[in-house]
Amino acid sequence: MSLNIIVLAKQVPDTRNVGKDAMKADGTINRAALPAIFNPEDLNALEQALRLKDANPGSTVTILTMGLPKAAEVIREAIYRGADTGIVLTDRALGGADTLATSYSLAQAVKKIGNYDIILGGRQAIDGDTAQVGPQIAEKLGLPQVTYAEEIVSLADGKVTVKRRLEHGIETVVAPLPCVVTVNGSAADCRPRNAKRLMKYKYAVSPSEKAALDETMQSFVDARPYLQLQEWGAAFVDADPEQIGFAGSPTKVKAVESVVFTAKESRRLDNDDAQIEELIKELIVNHTIG
Amino acid sequence: MANFYTDNPDLRHHLNHPMMRKIVELKERNYTDAEKFDYAPLNYEDAMDNYERVLEVVGDLCGGIIAENAEGVDHQGASCADGRAFYADGTIKNLEVCRQAGLMGMAMPRRFGGLNFPITPYIMAADIVSRADTGFENLWGLQDCAETLYEFGNDDQRERFIPRVCAGDTMSMDLTEPDAGSDLQSVMLKATQKEDGSWVLNGVKRFITNGDSDIHLVLARSEEGTKDGRGLSMFIYDKRNGGVTVRRIENKMGIKGSPTCELVYKNAPAELCGSRRMGLIKYVMALMNGARLGIAAQSVGVSELAYREALAYAKDRRQFDKAIIEFPAVAEMIAVMKAKLDASRSLLYECARYVDLYKVYEDIARERQLTPEERKECKAYNRLADALTPMAKGMGSEYCNQNAYDCIQVHGGSGFMKDYACERIYRDARITSIYEGTTQLQVVAAIRHVTTGTYAQLMEQYAAEEVKPELQAVKDRIATLVEAYKAAVEKVTSVDNNAYADFMARRLVEMAGGIVMSYLLLSDANRCADFTKSLNVYVNLVAAEVARHTEFINSFDVASLDNYLA
Repeated sequence: MSLNIIVLAKQVPDTRNVGKDAMKADGTINRAALPAIFNPEDLNALEQALRLKDANPGSTVTILTMGLPKAAEVIREAIYRGADTGIVLTDRALGGADTLATSYSLAQAVKKIGNYDIILGGRQAIDGDTAQVGPQIAEKLGLPQVTYAEEIVSLADGKVTVKRRLEHGIETVVAPLPCVVTVNGSAADCRPRNAKRLMKYKYAVSPSEKAALDETMQSFVDARPYLQLQEWGAAFVDADPEQIGFAGSPTKVKAVESVVFTAKESRRLDNDDAQIEELIKELIVNHTIG
Repeated sequence: MANFYTDNPDLRHHLNHPMMRKIVELKERNYTDAEKFDYAPLNYEDAMDNYERVLEVVGDLCGGIIAENAEGVDHQGASCADGRAFYADGTIKNLEVCRQAGLMGMAMPRRFGGLNFPITPYIMAADIVSRADTGFENLWGLQDCAETLYEFGNDDQRERFIPRVCAGDTMSMDLTEPDAGSDLQSVMLKATQKEDGSWVLNGVKRFITNGDSDIHLVLARSEEGTKDGRGLSMFIYDKRNGGVTVRRIENKMGIKGSPTCELVYKNAPAELCGSRRMGLIKYVMALMNGARLGIAAQSVGVSELAYREALAYAKDRRQFDKAIIEFPAVAEMIAVMKAKLDASRSLLYECARYVDLYKVYEDIARERQLTPEERKECKAYNRLADALTPMAKGMGSEYCNQNAYDCIQVHGGSGFMKDYACERIYRDARITSIYEGTTQLQVVAAIRHVTTGTYAQLMEQYAAEEVKPELQAVKDRIATLVEAYKAAVEKVTSVDNNAYADFMARRLVEMAGGIVMSYLLLSDANRCADFTKSLNVYVNLVAAEVARHTEFINSFDVASLDNYLA
C-alpha cells in the first residue's frame, strides 16, 4: 500500500549550546550566534516517515514547514535523507504567530495538500518548547492524535499502532488513519544524508530561491521538476487573516529576560558528612533543591 | 558534535590542489555523465562542490556516531562463534550509517552504482574515518578491493559484484597464510578446476582482515606442482555460495573492532578473476598498492587524532601554575607532532593525485586508444605513484606511531591509564607499520626509486617551482639537503656489496622521504601561510636526520657489517 505522508518540520535556532551572546540586549534572539538547524525531534519524526516509506513502496514523504523563505533549507536536508519533496509556508502575514496561529496556518496548508494518510511531526521545537502545535493541528483537522510516539510499530488496514514513551513506561496504542503522530526524541535517530541524493538534489530550490539564480541555473531547474520545491502564502491556503500572524495570536510576550547565572557567595566545607548534611538540609529548607 | 571535515581546514587545502582540475576533467570525461546520471557533476566547480558536500557528510558521521562508538567498539571487540565472525554493536551501527549515507563504492563508476569519485577525495574520506575509528577504517576501506575487481574482472563479474559493494556488501583480500606472510610466493591454498570448468578452493588462510566478508578476493595456487608466484591466480569467492568458515579470530593489541580471521576453505566454489598465473605478479601487486595507500591514509588519520588529543591535553593540564604546553619541552613535542602530521598528509595526497592520474588514463584506455602523449604521461604518473606509495605508507605509518607515542608522553601518568583515548590510539597505531607490508618491505619497494633516480627527478621538479620571497631561504636550505642525499646515494651505490646496499637502504629512503615531504610542505606554505610553521619545524627535523644518516654512511666501514649480520 502506498501512503501519502506529511512531515511537519521547523527550522529553529540551535539552542542546545547557548552561550552568553545568545540574546541581544533588547531581549530578542541573536540569530547570528545561533545557527539555524533542523528541529531535532522533527528529524526523529522524519525517520519514522522514511521507515513507513521503506515498508510501503510507492509512498511519498512531503515536508511541510512554516517560516522564513530560507526554511527551504530544512526541506533540502530532509530530501537528502530520503524525503520526496516539500512546501515552505511563508508569508509576512504569518509572522509573529504563537502556537494557535501556527497550528491554524499549518492545518490550512495540510487541507490544501488534501490527500494524506498520516501526519508526523516532532514532539516539540527546541525554540518554543511548547509541544502544542502538533496536537492543535490534529484538533483543527478533526483527526485523532498520538503524542510522545517512540516507534510506529505497524501500519495496516487503515490503522496505525504506535509505541508511546511516557514518564513511567511504554504504552502501545492503535489509532485510525488519517491521524497526527508527534514523535519523541527517544525514537530512532534519523538516517544520515545520502551522498547520491545530496548531489542530485543540491540544486532543489523554492521559487524565491530560484529567482536569485542565474539564467542557466534557472532553466536547469525548470527542466527538472524534482528540483522544484513549493512555496505557499497565506492566501493560497485560504487562511483567514484574523487567525494568522500577530492578529491571530492571543499569546503576548510581556518581557524576555536574559538570565545570567553568577556566583554571589561561596562557602568552604570540610570533607565530612556532618557539614555536607547540614548544607543539604539548608538547601532543602530554602527550596534551592528538593 | 564535531565535524571531522569542517574542523580541519588542512583537508580542504589538499582537496583544492591545482592538480585536481586535470584529475577531475579526465575522471569525468569532460562531464559527459551528467546526461545519464542525475547526480553527476556539470563542470569542475560542480564536481568539487560534490566532493566537499560528501566529505562534509563523512566528517559529520565520523565526528558524531563513529568517533562516539570507537571506545565501545574497542572494549567489546569483534567475536567469533559457529564458524562466523561478528562485529561489535558499534561497528554494526557504523556500517549501517555508512551504507545509508551511500559511502560504499565511492570510487566506482556510476554505471555500477558508485559515486565515481577520484582516489583523492576517497582517500580523504579514509583519512577522516581513521581519525574517528582506526579499526573501522579497515572494514570500510576494504571497499577499494572493488577497484581490483573493476580493473581485472570481466564485464559479467563487474556487473554482478560491484553494485553489491556500492550497496554496502563488505570485502576482504584473502592473501596471507600461516607460512606465507610477507612472502606471498609461498601461498598454498589450493584451487582445483573441476571437469565443468568451475573452480573450488581448499586450504587455510590466516590474518585475514574482515575475513567473514561478503565478497572475497582470494590468492590461490591454481597450477599444481608449482612453488613460486607464477603458479598463483586470483579468485572471487562469494559468501552466498558457502564453503568458507571462520575457525578463529585473533586476539589483537589494537584495531579490535576489525575481525582478523583464520579461514578454512572446504571445496569452496570460486571463480577465476583475470588470467591464470597472474594472481600475485599482477593483480595482488595492484591490490596491495591500493591497500598501501589506504594504510597511508589510515596512518595520517591516527596522527591527526594523536596530535589533537595531545594538544588539547597540553593546553588543559596545568602544572607549576601554567598550562604544560607553555613549557618548551612539551611545546616542541606538539610542534613536531604537527609537522610530522602535516608532512605525511602532504605526501599522502601528492601520492593519491599521481595514482588518480595514471589510473584515469588506464581507464580511458579501456574505452579508446591513448595518444602517444597520453601514454607517456600515464607511464610517468604510474612511476611516481609507485615511488611515492611505499614512502607514504612506510614513513606515514612510522610517523603515526611516533605521534601516538608522544601523545601518551604529553599525557604523562594519565596517558598510561585506560581513562584517556591515547592508550587506544597507541595500540591502534601499532599495526600500521606492519600490515600491507612492514616498513622494512616498503623500503625494499622504495629503494629502486633511489637508485634509478625517480626521487631525485621529483626533487628537481619541486626545486624548479617558484616560491614567495619569504620562503626562499628555507627552499635554499632544502637544496643543500638534496646535495647531501645525492652524495649519500653516490657513496652507497659505489660499493659493490648487496648486503651493504640492503643495510643502508632504509637510511637513503628516509632521507629521500624527508626531502620530498619538505618540498611538499614548502609548496603548501607557498599556497597557504598556515603551513609555514610546520615547514620550518619539519625542515629542521629533516636536516638533522640527513646529517645523522650522512655521518653514519660516511663513517661506516663496510667490513664492520659483520657486527650486524646474523
